[in-house]
Amino acid sequence: MLHVTLQQGGASINPNNVRLRINGSEVAVPEGTTILKAAALNGVEIPTLCEIEGLTPYGGCRLCIVEVSGTSKLFPACTTPAAQGMEVTTQSPKLYEYRKMVLQTLLAERTHICAVCVANEHCELQANANNHGVDHVMYERNWSCESIDSSHEFLVIDRNRCILCTRCIRVCDQIEGAHTLDLKFRSKSTNVIMDQDQNWGQAMSCTSCRKCAKVCPVGAIYIENENIEFTKDRDIAAFLSKRRRRSR
Amino acid sequence: MSSEKARLATMWFYGCSGCHMSFLDLDERLVDLAKVATLVHSPIVDIKHFPPDVALTLIEGAVANVEQVETLREVRKRTKLLVSLGDCAVTGNVTALRNAWEHGDRAVLERAYADPSNLNAQIPNLVPKLLDYARPLHEIVKIDHYIPGCPPNADQIYYVVGELLAGRQPVMEGRSKYG
Ligand code: SF4
Ligand code: SF4
Ligand code: SF4
Ligand code: FES
Repeated sequence: MLHVTLQQGGASINPNNVRLRINGSEVAVPEGTTILKAAALNGVEIPTLCEIEGLTPYGGCRLCIVEVSGTSKLFPACTTPAAQGMEVTTQSPKLYEYRKMVLQTLLAERTHICAVCVANEHCELQANANNHGVDHVMYERNWSCESIDSSHEFLVIDRNRCILCTRCIRVCDQIEGAHTLDLKFRSKSTNVIMDQDQNWGQAMSCTSCRKCAKVCPVGAIYIENENIEFTKDRDIAAFLSKRRRRSR
Repeated sequence: MSSEKARLATMWFYGCSGCHMSFLDLDERLVDLAKVATLVHSPIVDIKHFPPDVALTLIEGAVANVEQVETLREVRKRTKLLVSLGDCAVTGNVTALRNAWEHGDRAVLERAYADPSNLNAQIPNLVPKLLDYARPLHEIVKIDHYIPGCPPNADQIYYVVGELLAGRQPVMEGRSKYG
């Protein structure tokens, strides 16, 4: 109990803490904390897409990039641990431009047509694009023709909207324990697959738990005939992992 | 008096006219707009050729055939500020759904004209040749501003047009909206 008080009330005096500056303010967090968490603990929000509370970080989308003084390299906040003496900047014109680029490459990579998408107005990619003033995509779009699988009783995947964030794969493996989902191939040909690249309806390991649909940030995985607004649940992984820790 | 007003134009390519409906949704604000601008060309006025010296042109729709490419280039020469109005103009949107298919140009013509359920099914040879891909406007000419949305709402249109006519730069952060 005393230890907890020390961590929360007098964080800076815990010998296992690291001290760093985020946007000029000094903060102290336990060693091993990511920059993203350190920022969140101190009320600084960094935009994210692949990251989701309760699952291991992936570092794939690069929307959460931050500047660290002393190097021109940008770092993904969700996978970079906070280090002693670090000076982190989370908002700058440079970061803003890079984040806009990240969003535009995601929009250009596959066939995103919001007007006919199940996730229209409930999509994290769309919301981030809107908030960052991405009013057009400067890259020539790659009109993808990836497969759509609706062979499952009620789950559907439209790979043309998938941003390969792996949230579905991680929740299926780390929370549901099924590991039905995974990635195949690399680069442009990468895709989410079920079991040994079977149709979802034939994937024996799937428990039909719906968690993949709940965490998918876009309109790629959805439940047939269900309003996506009610399907999505960003907190499901954090909620379940917290509950399980408690019951152990 | 009217000669001091800004010369405004609107156009459409491959769109559904929804963006123009949104423009008309300005309602009574159209009266305010008419005080500072005069509409010199639009699908809702009966002028066949695109006039010269236009201050601001809003274009709805994607570019999907060879004739539109030429028209767009001509419009670009005759207008000072060119705005992509709505998702079809900005991204290709629904018009570009066919882009994901190989030979999508052929597929849409067949679906529209040569469907076996039509009597005398045949593809007319009068229509301008379709491009292999439907394109957003900025892939053909330089665009000065974008108003995404399917359709964009009247407030967004009024804001952007108002700012541009006043010589200011519209700020789209938090204002633009795809879909
Ligand atoms: S997934 Fe999101 S960005 Fe993609 S089409 Fe759907 S709403 Fe738009
Ligand atoms: S429904 Fe559950 S078990 Fe099936 S793929 Fe999705 S997360 Fe995995
Ligand atoms: S299907 Fe959804 S959750 Fe899974 S990788 Fe694609 S975008 Fe991410
Ligand atoms: S949220 Fe950090 S890389 Fe995606």
